[in-house]
Amino acid sequence: MYLFFGVFALLLVLFGLSIVTSIFLGARTMEWTDVWNSLWHADSTSLEASIVQHRVTRTLFSLMCGAALGISGAFMQSVTRNPIADPSILGVNTGAALFVVAGIAFFHIQSAEQFIWLAIAGAILSALFVFGIGSMGSGGATPLKLVLAGAATSAILSSLVVAIMIPRTNVMDQFRFWQVGSVGVGSWESIRLFLPFLIVGILIAFLVAPALNALALGDDVATSLGVRVGTVRFVAALGGVLLCGVTTALAGPIGFIGLLAPHLIRLLLGSDLRYVIPLSALSGAIILTLSDVIGRIIGSPSELEVGIVTAFVGAPILILITMKVKMRDG
Amino acid sequence: MNKTMNFIVDLRMRHRKQFLSMTFILSLIVCMLSVAMLMIGNTIYPVSDVVRVLMGEDIKGATFAIETIRLPRLFAGLFAGFAFGAGGYVFQTMLRNPLANPNVIGITAGSSAAAVFCIIVWQASNTVVSIASIVGGLATVLLIFGLAKGASFSIGRLILIGIGIQAMLSAVISYLMLIGNTHDIPTAMRWISGSLNGAKMSNLSPLLFTVILFVPIMMYFGKGLKILELGEQAALSLGVHTNRTRLVLIVSAVMMIAVATATTGPIAFVAFLSGPIANRFVGTSYSNIIPSGLVGAILVLGADLIGQYAFAVRYPVGVITGIVGAPYLIYLLIRINRKGKL
Repeated sequence: MYLFFGVFALLLVLFGLSIVTSIFLGARTMEWTDVWNSLWHADSTSLEASIVQHRVTRTLFSLMCGAALGISGAFMQSVTRNPIADPSILGVNTGAALFVVAGIAFFHIQSAEQFIWLAIAGAILSALFVFGIGSMGSGGATPLKLVLAGAATSAILSSLVVAIMIPRTNVMDQFRFWQVGSVGVGSWESIRLFLPFLIVGILIAFLVAPALNALALGDDVATSLGVRVGTVRFVAALGGVLLCGVTTALAGPIGFIGLLAPHLIRLLLGSDLRYVIPLSALSGAIILTLSDVIGRIIGSPSELEVGIVTAFVGAPILILITMKVKMRDG
Repeated sequence: MNKTMNFIVDLRMRHRKQFLSMTFILSLIVCMLSVAMLMIGNTIYPVSDVVRVLMGEDIKGATFAIETIRLPRLFAGLFAGFAFGAGGYVFQTMLRNPLANPNVIGITAGSSAAAVFCIIVWQASNTVVSIASIVGGLATVLLIFGLAKGASFSIGRLILIGIGIQAMLSAVISYLMLIGNTHDIPTAMRWISGSLNGAKMSNLSPLLFTVILFVPIMMYFGKGLKILELGEQAALSLGVHTNRTRLVLIVSAVMMIAVATATTGPIAFVAFLSGPIANRFVGTSYSNIIPSGLVGAILVLGADLIGQYAFAVRYPVGVITGIVGAPYLIYLLIRINRKGKL
């Protein structure tokens, strides 16, 4: 219990730190006092004030995205009992991407609200598909099977994305910017759209965490403890896909946060999901926001999109996990 | 006893016949597709014109179209397809896993990332781009094998590590695409989806040279490859230098694939599909390097013809092979999972 509060306090400090750095640091170097003043005088129309305004929305947006991805990763990993489940690895992002591109190309969809529903539909369909293929055969969904099914599905879906885009230069241009994954697109509008989904996700997390704990003991034990295995799994999986689908729709595909955050927490606190899920949300928010700050500083005077930063932080971690996981084929 | 001997001899004869006749048929299909590639275009020339142009005669219009546009395109498709097919087959057979192919492991991503980097950041010449993409492909292989070797070696781990590396490389590619000049983007796009557009005779020499140099080497070591399939111990006791054979084969396969990627971009799924298709046609009694190469060439040339002329929009060859190849990949995954071999 002390450990929990220790970690929680540490995360809160880091959380505060990430907010402060995200607002005070950026591609444009500004005096700290200037930032401070413009924070409290929102009415001024100077360049500084608008930059700070943008940084505030951006920070808020990235905190929400990170939290959503963290919860989503924790859900997916516990539902599939698989240490490397992550929306980007499982091909869920590409599914969302395909639907969004098809929406832009065939139905001339422009508004973020419609993007969300398309992306969620795409994410759900591709997740079902990948899980379906990955869990065939003996042994259920092993890490390798799931990852291969995800990679194969991604390959197919991105062929289709390219096929849709090639004759349409304007779609290609729009897609190119969405594709890298950036929280720089965050606005009050997208935060407003995001909020209900995040709240639903958090509610689901509180409701199913104890049941998911029981599920980790095995389906039989969980059933005998009075847990409705099928329902819990379905709700948690739906919550996970919903959260990453919305994030992908609004910010583009951002990989590895869902992988990193839960692993970090489990490493520190063990695998009790009542702690892992909320703290994954917190650490996901921290990791994503700090990655965004790093991207803005490295990429100055422009910026390095956060999706690229997280890929570079996350892929080595994936490899490390892979090297630890026991493989059955030798 | 005698009966068994006869049976075995008979079986071997039949396998040999199947191998030879099927390889012949595959070559025939490649020839037919090649002629079609030369005939079909904005204007369709009859076979007689094509032959006359190839003999060196000067026919107004046809000579230009065939010699400067269609012939390079044909050669690029033919040799790149062959390289992808043969290289992919070697990988799949050596790692004893049909999923262990250059696309999944991330070698092509290494080549593409290096090439896109040179195009967008340095606006480099074709030679530099080719060399960079070879170096990129080789470096990626070394990195992946190095990391997979650190822990106890397993094909599954190799594939997973490859996918991790690939995630980083595709992040690099998307970033480069984002910062690139708008007029560099179409060139760079080629490196992502694979296309025979813009093939020129002057750029093809590295590819031709690599294929001609490495295919005999691969064939020579191919016998060892067939024995390696039996497993490390068996191969060693049968007198195969397993490490040397493996090293030579990997280097040759990677060279061929990287150079082909440098010329046409990563044509999706060709390296992955050719081996299994060839195995089905000619049987698995012999090392199927040549048949796989032929199947690769057929896939690329056929897909290019479809992509160019079957639709109102001209699609690059990689998009067609991607869409055609994907269902097969899924089918294969389902079959492997059902058998529980992974």
